[in-house]
Amino acid sequence: MSTIADPKAPRASRPGPSRRTTRGNFELYGWVFMRASGVLLVVLIFGHLFVNLIAGEGISAIDFGFVAGKWASPFWQVWDLLMLWLAMLHGTNGVRTIINDYAEKDGTRMVLKLALYAATVVVIVLGTLVIFTFDPCPPNSPADLLPSFCTA
Amino acid sequence: MTATVEAPAPEAGAVPSFQVTLRIRRFLPTDDAIPAFGEPFEAEPRWDEFTVDVHGTDRVLDALHKIKWEQDGSLTFRRSCAHGICGSDAMRINGRNRLACKTLLKDLDPGKPILVEPIKGLPVIKDLVVDMEPFFASYREIMPFLVTTGTEPSKERLQSPEQRERYDDTTKCILCAACTSSCPVFWTDGQYFGPAAIVNAHRFIFDSRDEGGTQRLEILNDKEGVWRCRTTFNCTEACPRGIEVTKAIQEVKRAMITRAF
Repeated sequence: MSTIADPKAPRASRPGPSRRTTRGNFELYGWVFMRASGVLLVVLIFGHLFVNLIAGEGISAIDFGFVAGKWASPFWQVWDLLMLWLAMLHGTNGVRTIINDYAEKDGTRMVLKLALYAATVVVIVLGTLVIFTFDPCPPNSPADLLPSFCTA
Repeated sequence: MTATVEAPAPEAGAVPSFQVTLRIRRFLPTDDAIPAFGEPFEAEPRWDEFTVDVHGTDRVLDALHKIKWEQDGSLTFRRSCAHGICGSDAMRINGRNRLACKTLLKDLDPGKPILVEPIKGLPVIKDLVVDMEPFFASYREIMPFLVTTGTEPSKERLQSPEQRERYDDTTKCILCAACTSSCPVFWTDGQYFGPAAIVNAHRFIFDSRDEGGTQRLEILNDKEGVWRCRTTFNCTEACPRGIEVTKAIQEVKRAMITRAF
């Protein structure tokens, strides 16, 4: 015979780790950022696509010189920088929420998020460096590797 | 014993009757208790099929009753009022969360077996009965009671019809857990408050007589609070009371954002 559990006995606590009380506003700001950056990215990305692929001579105009010309202007530097940062942070935050939703073990969650953040930092730092330090005609380079408009 | 009741000649206005097959998810956890004499050990869930004669006016609950009373008395499920008010008999019927007492068999394509499972995301105790404690723990956390300050008024706390209308939709909740157990975020992470707790917080946050709104918003601003909602609308679709659950959650989010900025 098995005994019947006392219904008034104290209950075992909820399975899994107890709810962490993190009453900060990080998730709130994250949620607002996703909406704001989403709207901005629509403008930035479609502007980017239009200028690169449709305006002027269209897609056939794209070459090394075209990109070099764009990055000579501070306007396109800021445009591309914004696009890079917003897209990377927007995407990273999206993947972060997916990891939070689907990774069941704390260890898995931490490893995945660390890999994600590392990738984000590498891409953002590298991209920012490229935009600001880009020089189409580095000095002392062999002439046959340089684009035609570099008249040394 | 076979029932051999003669089918009476159909009278005018008689309710048509038909046969229906139910495939019911059965589960009996053994723990480490010894089963009664003659009963096998059983820890794996299984599907059982029952065929019953029902009337066109019968609900899934009537078919479950018929099975329990006439075929297998060990079939276990919850029901109290049996009329869509108490919220005891939420279950997954043909893959959707519904109340067994509000779902007519004739609306479920009785030609095919009707699948009946316990609601998802909560531990199954036996057959269709789940442990509702995690669900009610979240409900208690949002303080589902009137919070006021100052001295108690000597008469009723008055409210205009417009003020009452503001939160009317969320007063309809019967705590059946159909919404919370249809939420994919709740399935993967039992720490999430779940739609039902947020709906019941909404009922007080937008009540003009209540003064605990800030506290409740603080609680729901938690990492596992409203920001886990992915607006999949499963909860709105599952609600047997027709509450616009996702809308209520978004209203709570908006209240937090207008408070923060």
